[in-house]
Amino acid sequence: MNASAILFAVLALLPLPALAQGFAGLGTESEAYAPVRPGTPITFPDDHGPHPGHRIEWWYITANLTDADGAPLGVQWTLFRQANAPDDAGEGWESQQYWMGHAAVTTADAHHHAERLGRGGVGQAGARAAPFEAWIDDWSFESAGEGWSPLRLRAKGADFAYDLTLSTDAPMVLQGDGGYSRKSDRGQASYYVSQPFFTVSGTVTLDGAAREVRGRGWMDREWSSQPLAPDQTGWDWFSLHLESGAKVMLFRLRSDDRPPYVAGNWIDPDGTSTPLRPDEIGMEPLATAEVHGRTVPVDWRLRIRDLDLTARALNRQSWNGTSFPYWEGPIEIDGTEGGIGYLEMTGYAPGE
Amino acid sequence: MTRARHALAALLSHWRRKPLQLVALLGGLMIATALWSGVQALNAQARDAYDRAARTLGGDAVPSYALPGGERFGQDAFVALRRAGWAVSPVLEGSIRVGERRVRVIGIEPLTVPAQARMTGAASGPVDGTLFEGFMAPPWRAFAHPETVAALAGEADLPPLTAQGDLTPDTLLVDIGAAQALLGAPGQVSRLLLDPDAPAPTVALEVATDVPLARAETEAQGDLDRLTRSFHLNLTAFGLLAFLVGLFIVYSAIALAFEQRLPVMRTLRALGISARMLTGVLLAELLTLSLLAGIAGVAGGYLIASALMPDVAASLGGLYGAEVPGTLSLRPAWWASGVAISVGGALAAAAYSLAKTYRMPPLASARRHAWRAAQGTWLRAQGALAVALLLAAAIFMNCTTGLVAGFAGLAALLLGAALALPPALALILRAGQALARRPLAQWFWADAQQQLSGLSLALMALLLALGANIGVGTMVNGFRDTFTNWLDQRLVAEVYYNARSDAQDAEIAAWLGTRDDVTALLPTLTAEERMDGLPVGIVGFRDHPTYRGSWPMIDIAPNAFDRVAAGTAAFASEQLANRFGLSVGQEMTVGGWRGTVAGIYPDYGNPKGQVSLAYDTVADAFPDARRGGTGLRVVPGATAAVVAALGARFDLGDNLIDQKSLKAYSTEVFEDTFAVTAALNVLTMGVAGFALFMSLLTLSEMRLPQLAPLWAAGITRRGLAGLEMAKTLAMALFTALLAIPLGLAVAWCLVAVVNVQAFGWRLPFHLFPMQWAALVLLAVATAGLAALWPIDSLRRMPPVRLVRVFTDER
Repeated sequence: MNASAILFAVLALLPLPALAQGFAGLGTESEAYAPVRPGTPITFPDDHGPHPGHRIEWWYITANLTDADGAPLGVQWTLFRQANAPDDAGEGWESQQYWMGHAAVTTADAHHHAERLGRGGVGQAGARAAPFEAWIDDWSFESAGEGWSPLRLRAKGADFAYDLTLSTDAPMVLQGDGGYSRKSDRGQASYYVSQPFFTVSGTVTLDGAAREVRGRGWMDREWSSQPLAPDQTGWDWFSLHLESGAKVMLFRLRSDDRPPYVAGNWIDPDGTSTPLRPDEIGMEPLATAEVHGRTVPVDWRLRIRDLDLTARALNRQSWNGTSFPYWEGPIEIDGTEGGIGYLEMTGYAPGE
Repeated sequence: MTRARHALAALLSHWRRKPLQLVALLGGLMIATALWSGVQALNAQARDAYDRAARTLGGDAVPSYALPGGERFGQDAFVALRRAGWAVSPVLEGSIRVGERRVRVIGIEPLTVPAQARMTGAASGPVDGTLFEGFMAPPWRAFAHPETVAALAGEADLPPLTAQGDLTPDTLLVDIGAAQALLGAPGQVSRLLLDPDAPAPTVALEVATDVPLARAETEAQGDLDRLTRSFHLNLTAFGLLAFLVGLFIVYSAIALAFEQRLPVMRTLRALGISARMLTGVLLAELLTLSLLAGIAGVAGGYLIASALMPDVAASLGGLYGAEVPGTLSLRPAWWASGVAISVGGALAAAAYSLAKTYRMPPLASARRHAWRAAQGTWLRAQGALAVALLLAAAIFMNCTTGLVAGFAGLAALLLGAALALPPALALILRAGQALARRPLAQWFWADAQQQLSGLSLALMALLLALGANIGVGTMVNGFRDTFTNWLDQRLVAEVYYNARSDAQDAEIAAWLGTRDDVTALLPTLTAEERMDGLPVGIVGFRDHPTYRGSWPMIDIAPNAFDRVAAGTAAFASEQLANRFGLSVGQEMTVGGWRGTVAGIYPDYGNPKGQVSLAYDTVADAFPDARRGGTGLRVVPGATAAVVAALGARFDLGDNLIDQKSLKAYSTEVFEDTFAVTAALNVLTMGVAGFALFMSLLTLSEMRLPQLAPLWAAGITRRGLAGLEMAKTLAMALFTALLAIPLGLAVAWCLVAVVNVQAFGWRLPFHLFPMQWAALVLLAVATAGLAALWPIDSLRRMPPVRLVRVFTDER
């Protein structure tokens, strides 16, 4: 989803200023990168691969799982790509493609996360459309058979690891308007497609103990060249697996001086994706928690069309203390309909 | 308190009337403090540089993987290991020649480099958001020490340079991509750093990559510290010597002031000031003055150290390959220690006078020169002390071992000799007087004796400076002769090269085999070993008449070369033999090899011990051995042609050198090595000159009573001035002549004791009479210059002042 903003912010604040530097001239140079235009067809398998002409891109997987004892847990795997120069023709170390991986495992009482950085051009990190693979170091998301699905998802941190299989027969889902996802009223947008129908099984190892897990997975693919509007400070993003089999994607981009920009898509169990009108969406924090010195809304009231839902964090301290820190964790849905999902929140400054 | 203030005011008025004494006191303290703290600053700076070098790329804290031979390998191994879960980061190292400089290039990959291995900015403080701007993209950006940035300014073919004070000089820190371009090694890396904080890899290295990488043994970082310890001890000794010379000045100034203030002090005591208060006031005065002088001295020390730092850097670079910046950074600790040593030194120099003040009876005689009346007794006591010190020096040098004992012996020798100077001069002068017939000549000798006690401290300082000069000069010149000679014998091959890879080496060997102007190839193998924890270099050489004919040996067994070639014997370097007490015929073990010592050879300039074995022995017994340089024998006159052809045919760069250039380079290193010693020598001489000048200046005033009668008896002022000058020059001459035996003793101590302890080699003892002659002349000239002003003012003194001597109460 809005990882466009994530990446922007992440890289801008990265303590490795080389990356940040690439973004210093973002506003002025973005015209030199490939544009995002409505009506552009999205085709697979090509669009599973990287789009180096666009400045930013990511492969984003979240999964709501349960172990053999029925205990819920969440898994996140993200690979970001950023081009530091338009028309990047560099080879080897001269390549200006930079990669960053984030991985996390969340249980009700613990949150583990890790980060990897790497440069394109030498093979340490990258992605290709077919046979599909996206990787950084020993973390990878790759086709495990003849077709795109099933896929194998692996990552490892100091105190966690996972090795999961994701499979689905469902086609990819286009978010926004045919894959064109607006991020503001002023033209900022990205290409955005999802695969919310994964079934997931495999092993999650926490502190040396392996446990068998199964559950649902959601993949987002997004690429863009245009950053958020300058006044947009952060966002709250939801992905919901409802009991009815429908899926919902919602986001709210917060601004200093305007009302939030709210958008979302309703995805029927058969994969039909319909943009939600702003008046069909209500997002309202119910409770906050102190997380790493920030006040973060961890319980929400969500109104989607005629549904009135409550979303609660499985673990209120789902904090990714990565180069650019943000909140990302599994949620449980109650109300007029039950469900599970993932919540991502960025831009909550310390002391706020 | 009021009393104390009045007492202080009365005592202070002395300095107003005798500003020269104040200058001597403050100047002496300042010089002493400056030289001492300057030397300390140099040491601290160098140690800081070692620490930084040790921390380069994380030092021991970051494990490093490389090929056993140190060759470069493809970066695919990096990718393969990363993809197998190894948190490695690539490093490419090498050196390039930029103009006249050889610059080390370190290429890192900033995104994966372990935090402990970051070399600049990011490692030590908050990251400046623009620090790495342009670092990872062409045209790249290089970080370098500010000096290096200045030195390389305007050089083409280098990335833009950014100054970073925390880097080692002559080093460029660049992105791995830039390093590959600069070093002409696309796709190549030298080693991989493993992030010590990352989870341990679960896939074995052999499984992840077929490049046979092994955990690289980092050079133990204590080595540089230990190897350079003797150098720093040397510097410290010089600093101490300079400090002592400075304290002589202080002591004489304080003693003189004490004596001249006796009437005031007696009056103060008579007015009811207690001895305790008087001592307290004097102490307060001394503390204030020494504090002021200390602060000024540290500032001066900073200037001295700044001026000497390039020499020290050159010396350390030449001797130990240690890279030390040539500019100084300022540390608060010096200020504290410098001021402390100034105050401490002043107190030590004043202890005698203060004690006397404290014990002075209220009605003590205000007779001037009271303390000089005891000159005879004093000289005898001093002579006895000198004898004791010289005895101690002899014992130190002959009966003890160790560098500190060597320096202690040296200190005892210098101090004993200095103390022995006044009695010795007194003897000479008395002999002169006995020989003199004419009244004026008799007066000349008698008056010189009278003057002796006032000048003796300055002369002692001069003796010390001269002795140290002759000693160090003898050692350095002897070393230079020996070293040049040794180089001539040791570097016999006409051409030396070191191939960049085994493949290239084989190619070169095959190619050289086809040339008929090349008569022999002398390849070597090298390995690193440790004996008792000390680093030892292993060299394997091919048996060849070249070595048999010319290799200079200190001691060698019969058939030594045959036995070495057979693998049963080794040659050991002198340093190694000294360190482990090895002698020819003894058994020795190094690494996996055991055999006898068949010869001991000098290996000047090498801080490490060395063992030379047959080529095949090294290949068998030291599995980690790698290809060393190869010597080429060529037919006479073909050197230039071979070098040119080799250089044109193979990309050897700086790895190809002819004998002449190698010798020139080695000699240059040698000269650099003693650059700082020479500079400190000059400074010590300067201090001695200042001491002499101050003494003569203060004496000149006091000596009017002695000179006035002569003037009255008809000797002109010009004549008097001539006599005074002659006396000063004679004393300096005697001192300089006495300094020659002292200098030789110092040189012997340096060559036979200190050098052996510090560097592990003993040098043949050469004498350099021309150097002595030059120094004697210099000493006389220094004394002449120092005496010029006081004597000139005597020459132009208004007669009324001379007359007044008779009218004033004496």
